[in-house]
Amino acid sequence: MTAHTAEAPRAQIDDSPITPTRNGAEVLIDVLVEQGVEVIFGYPGGAVLPIYDALFKQDRIRHILVRHEQAAVHAAEGYARSTGKPGVVLVTSGPGATNAVTGLLDALMDSIPLVCLTGQVPTHVIGSDAFQEADTTGITRPCTKHNYLVKSGNDLARVVHEAFHVATSGRPGPVVVDLPKDVVVAPAPYLSRPTRPHRSYQPQRTPDPAAIAEAVALLRTAERPLIYVGGGVINAGPEASAALRRFVALTGFPVTSTLMGLGAIDADDASFIGMLGMHGAYEANLATHGCDVLLNIGARFDDRVTGRLDAFSPDSRKIHIDIDPSSINKIVRVAVPVVADARLAIEALIDAWGEATPKPDIAPWWRQIDAWRAIDSLAISQPEGEDAVIKPQYAIRRLYEMTRASGRDTFISTEVGQHQMWAAQHFGFDRPNRWLTSGGLGTMGYGLPAAAGAQIAHPEALCIDIAGEASILMNIQELGTLAQYRLPVKIFILNNRYMGMVRQWQELLHGSRYSESYSDALPDFVKLAESFHAKGLRATKLGELDGVIAEMLAHDGPVVAEISVDEFENVFPMIPSGAAHNEMILGAAQSSQAAGITEEGMMLV
Amino acid sequence: MPPVEQPVVNAVISVLVENETGALGRVIGLFSGRGYNIDSLTVAPVEDGRNRSRINIATSGTPMIIEQIKAQLDRLVPVHRVSDLTQEGPHVAREMALVKVVSSGEARSEALRIANAFRARPIDTSVESFVFELTGATDKLDAFIELLRPLGLVEVSRTGIAAIARGSRVL
Ligand SMILES: Cc1cc2nc3c(=O)[nH]c(=O)nc-3n(C[C@H](O)[C@H](O)[C@H](O)COP(=O)(O)OP(=O)(O)OC[C@H]3O[C@@H](n4cnc5c(N)ncnc54)[C@H](O)[C@@H]3O)c2cc1C
Ligand SMILES: Cc1ncc(C[n+]2csc(CCOP(=O)(O)OP(=O)(O)O)c2C)c(N)n1
Ligand SMILES: [Mg+2]
Repeated sequence: MTAHTAEAPRAQIDDSPITPTRNGAEVLIDVLVEQGVEVIFGYPGGAVLPIYDALFKQDRIRHILVRHEQAAVHAAEGYARSTGKPGVVLVTSGPGATNAVTGLLDALMDSIPLVCLTGQVPTHVIGSDAFQEADTTGITRPCTKHNYLVKSGNDLARVVHEAFHVATSGRPGPVVVDLPKDVVVAPAPYLSRPTRPHRSYQPQRTPDPAAIAEAVALLRTAERPLIYVGGGVINAGPEASAALRRFVALTGFPVTSTLMGLGAIDADDASFIGMLGMHGAYEANLATHGCDVLLNIGARFDDRVTGRLDAFSPDSRKIHIDIDPSSINKIVRVAVPVVADARLAIEALIDAWGEATPKPDIAPWWRQIDAWRAIDSLAISQPEGEDAVIKPQYAIRRLYEMTRASGRDTFISTEVGQHQMWAAQHFGFDRPNRWLTSGGLGTMGYGLPAAAGAQIAHPEALCIDIAGEASILMNIQELGTLAQYRLPVKIFILNNRYMGMVRQWQELLHGSRYSESYSDALPDFVKLAESFHAKGLRATKLGELDGVIAEMLAHDGPVVAEISVDEFENVFPMIPSGAAHNEMILGAAQSSQAAGITEEGMMLV
Repeated sequence: MPPVEQPVVNAVISVLVENETGALGRVIGLFSGRGYNIDSLTVAPVEDGRNRSRINIATSGTPMIIEQIKAQLDRLVPVHRVSDLTQEGPHVAREMALVKVVSSGEARSEALRIANAFRARPIDTSVESFVFELTGATDKLDAFIELLRPLGLVEVSRTGIAAIARGSRVL
């Protein structure tokens, strides 16, 4: 993650340690300004009133009032993922902090840089079960990269600067700073961003040249190479994606991506063979299974990707580039570990490979991949006719084609479920930072606030939340935020009247007993939108789909478009849990295979 | 390379950590949260003026797990250094036990004889009890305690290990 480099306006106050004249809350704002913070997502309460007061009295930082603290965190994640800058959250003590917890863990799992400021009861009552007291550092310890309780105003500025450093450097992640009320009320000294390295935290960014040389030597011998990229390439900034594209052009190697890495390489690039993993493309998974050298750049061998571990890419020698040493050899043993920032490592690979080196001849491997590609595992079977039921995959395809035709810079967020997988499969991304999804935690309710956060950062862009009818209800209150700030976010609900992803697993693994997965008593989404001052649209059959998408895209304000889709469509291809990549189910006709899932497989999630 | 079932090994890991609130909690939480074993854990400040503590952890797991434990510890923000003493050459590890024996007659004198053989010191004595202090390697303490068990052993208090590399090598 490139720490934002924009020169922050220096706060006009005295640096010297003489009697401070500003209170902790004002000093906090100064530190945020120095850190380049432009926006805070938050929700007030007793413990943070002094901070809200300081916000009121200044105009350097904009505060976005959300409708639920979880949404504040997801909005900050959307802001961060779409800009590369850290997202900033401000919530009150007790329930404010606990409401933020899901978002924090979401950011931790997906390596999103955040600084979350939580209010706390005054220091002298901590531990007495005071009103709205929670052990916030205790609760958030396993949900953050690091957290702090600031016990004295003297530590305030230093700790907040440090929080930004920790959140944005190395493997990015969320950092909580817990601020007792007395600390923000009392005067506190200001300190500028430290110039000295941190005492104990100094993540390695530059690759070991010997490891790079070893990696290149291995890559040169490859007959069936495969590059497997992940979210780390996005974390490493747009220059990392640019370097990746140069490296791919140089080598002619095929590239697959995780869910989190989509956009690192242009989806239209001939070298891109699609997403891999549980719902990945046939060619991507078979190439992963069949390759002889696997170059992992910024991906973490997640279980959605590897499937059955002892059958994962069994014949390959593996190179793993990751900025976090704990990601390496955690799940899959690799031959060449490279601890480094993805951009620096790819640039070093390019140098070591040599710009003048001719592309190796891997034509037979490409012929094999092309044969797998010809299976067309993501083909869509949309029935024709005005009144035909809309296939969800087709709705996303049309959304993609029509947004692309509009030529607008487009950011897509998703909720969690089948619609998320179809979005990953059928919406193409040509650039990094345009795809905002909850991968590691899989948090329903992520998409709407994340889209709002992206829209705040990119007011002119098209920000669309591809949603399911169940997920959207988890943070639907954020329609109020869209209305208040006139955020023209588009919510594209694929309404299949089921928690489709749950129903799919019940169909495949639990004898089609659809226990509690039917979306009963749904609201009228059009009226719901209207009551939140948004535009509501609905398409119930194929003949209405393009019109609704066009109207949605044309409207200069928030829109909820409810698309009624086929209720029983499943996400394919699918590697059932506990299966290997070459045991993929391609479609409904084959899904009886899933009945053969072992008991061991059934225990997996 | 399909993962091969690896044998479980013991490891002694020393961690130099900034002495700040919550640092120990982070280390312990890491072990419980990720399901790693802690056989024993000791912590105390070690560098005057530098505000650092040393944590010694005796743990066990497959080599891959041990490697994970070290990497996970190393990425905690207040952690300065992590060293796997078992891996990085020879080391010495000692712990101390206070062992209370309540007995009389032959059992009492036998307990004292065993204590002598182990060079355990009686540091508290009453007519019907002894408290022995014994310092040594973990297995020596284990053996001592086992021998006293039938001789009126009623309570044990152990420190867990302090460990350090042999020779001039430092953490
Ligand atoms: C319903 C559902 C289904 C899913 N199905 C799939 C699927 O089919 N396929 C799939 O791929 N995923 C799927 N996922 C997502 C999956 O759960 C994981 O989130 C995802 O696979 C992880 O992506 P990643 O390996 O790129 O790692 P990330 O979580 O993005 O982690 C990034 C890695 O890069 C490292 N890193 C960070 N910054 C840098 C840097 N600057 N330089 C170098 N390295 C860096 C980190 O240390 C980390 O190891 C699914 C999720 C859901 C909710
Ligand atoms: C907060 C949360 N609770 C439960 C789940 C488990 N879950 C995963 S997908 C899903 C159903 C989502 O339904 P919907 O939003 O309608 O999407 P669909 O799969 O139908 O496209 C559920 C309940 C989750 N991921 N997150
Ligand atoms: Mg649904």
